[in-house]
Amino acid sequence: MTRKQHNRVVSLATHAFLIAAVLLVSVPFYWMTVTALKPFADIFANPPKWIPDPVDFTAFRRVFAVLPFATLMLNSAKIAALGTIGQLISCSLAGYAVARLSFFGRRPLFFAILLSMLVPYQVVMIPIFVIMKNLGLIDNQLALIIPNFLGGALGIFLMRQFFMTLPRELEDAAKIDGANPFQIFLWVILPLSRPALTALAVISFTALWNDLLTPLIFLSKTELQTLPVGISTFTGQHGTEWNLLMAAALLSILPALLIFLVAQRQLVSGIALGSAVKG
Amino acid sequence: MSAATPTPHTDRLAPQVSRSTVVAHAWALVFLAFALVGLIVLTIGPIVASFALSFTDWDLLGPPRFVGLRNLQDLVVDKIFWRALQNTIAFTVVSVPLGVALALGLALALNRKVRGIGLYRTLFLLPLVASNVATSLLWGLMLDPVAGPVNYLLGQAGLSQPGWLGDAIWAMPAIIIMSVWKGFGFNVVIFLAGLQGIPRELYEAAEIDGAGRSSKFRHVTLPMLSPTMLFVLIIALIASFQVFDATYVLTKGGPQNATITLVYYVYRAGFQQLQMGYASALSYVLFALTLVMVGILWLSQRRWVHYE
Repeated sequence: MTRKQHNRVVSLATHAFLIAAVLLVSVPFYWMTVTALKPFADIFANPPKWIPDPVDFTAFRRVFAVLPFATLMLNSAKIAALGTIGQLISCSLAGYAVARLSFFGRRPLFFAILLSMLVPYQVVMIPIFVIMKNLGLIDNQLALIIPNFLGGALGIFLMRQFFMTLPRELEDAAKIDGANPFQIFLWVILPLSRPALTALAVISFTALWNDLLTPLIFLSKTELQTLPVGISTFTGQHGTEWNLLMAAALLSILPALLIFLVAQRQLVSGIALGSAVKG
Repeated sequence: MSAATPTPHTDRLAPQVSRSTVVAHAWALVFLAFALVGLIVLTIGPIVASFALSFTDWDLLGPPRFVGLRNLQDLVVDKIFWRALQNTIAFTVVSVPLGVALALGLALALNRKVRGIGLYRTLFLLPLVASNVATSLLWGLMLDPVAGPVNYLLGQAGLSQPGWLGDAIWAMPAIIIMSVWKGFGFNVVIFLAGLQGIPRELYEAAEIDGAGRSSKFRHVTLPMLSPTMLFVLIIALIASFQVFDATYVLTKGGPQNATITLVYYVYRAGFQQLQMGYASALSYVLFALTLVMVGILWLSQRRWVHYE
């Protein structure tokens, strides 16, 4: 085989591999959509119907009848939005401190924050549950929101990595003008940090929107519950109504999906930044 | 300039210096206040508390009762615990290499200047953006023996059709397939960033030395990508010990405990059976497992991670 032929074979194999991966991702999503648009009778059709015929929106309507879907969605939105604000504030402040301020124990602190990523949530969830119980926050959405105002290893790390890439001269100039660290942070650093803040916002919002375990632990009343918990209770009662389940799942994906599509460039560069670990 | 100027009044300057240090620390405290409270109240405190709780018997109602090593003794003879441990390790051992290899392969393929990298990347990240609950349901349908297209296609191809989530042997593989499907896009993005960070000159130098495709891959790409690989492996390892959502939504740990994981067992023991002491002991096994595995990976980097 000549070198040229060899290159063509490799190129063909590469494309085949990529196409296989594309199918692997898109077929399930396609099947989800198609199933949501089928009448119940067509779900178990053999051979399966790859195109819904007739297209039927009953499942989408039934989602709102069977579940308090609008309430669940609103609860999820509220928790995710407020939690994201908390993450943005607390992680950017702390990230700036470990990136730029000089104080005793800066390196050990940063190291401790990194190490806390190794702590499984299951190790801390029982004591956190007890704290929330003592604060009277069980069955209160604040139990899910407040912790986001108290930092978080991933967010602090991401912001710190970003701040490290900014040139120091900017701060020096502001310092000469007599600005204090907080003014510098607010007026010089933050306006330059849109990409990192956007990345963190997308990551936090998606994580909070999709969270199952914490609402499961802290909330028991349906009217306070979030979408993932609401939908998961569905499976027991409507286990084979796949059109209904897929319609609910599809609707629950949409908000996070929209945010992701709008901000994906920042998200991708944020992930890349976070993975370039350098001390 | 002032620092270079010698001054006889050092005793006068000294308090000024320390005052600026105090001010600097005060500012640091302002910036760190939220995060420090979080670190102490939500991480360090609970780690200690949970350790203490693991020596108690506690149903959340009365005060915790000290029972010494009882929880540990119970754990050693608890068949479900061993099953959960075994499942967790099996999940890790299969899903981590599989997911990382798939992601690396795709990143390498995309890095060959295929058109529309951005589009592929978007698509590969979609499963990650969708909630675990949604994707679990989705795969519950895909693998449903009656309504799912997977078994239909297997049947058309003349292959056997497993019962997947309802089958004690196939349930874990089904959970692994879902998890790999969900998470590989994240690693593709990281590997791509790593690949694009490799200086072109290294490849050119290798070509001048007469290196072919495979030797360039072995002697340039792999060593240059090894720090990224370490990062990906650590993240994947940590995540692989955290399988909860798919089990909760689809199998509740069954059939016959085939999909019960340590995290799921901690949840069940703590929040369904209200055995907080036992759940804490279980969570410490999970913690130790995470630390040991990540520790091994971290220490191994001397052998295979290449730093410039």
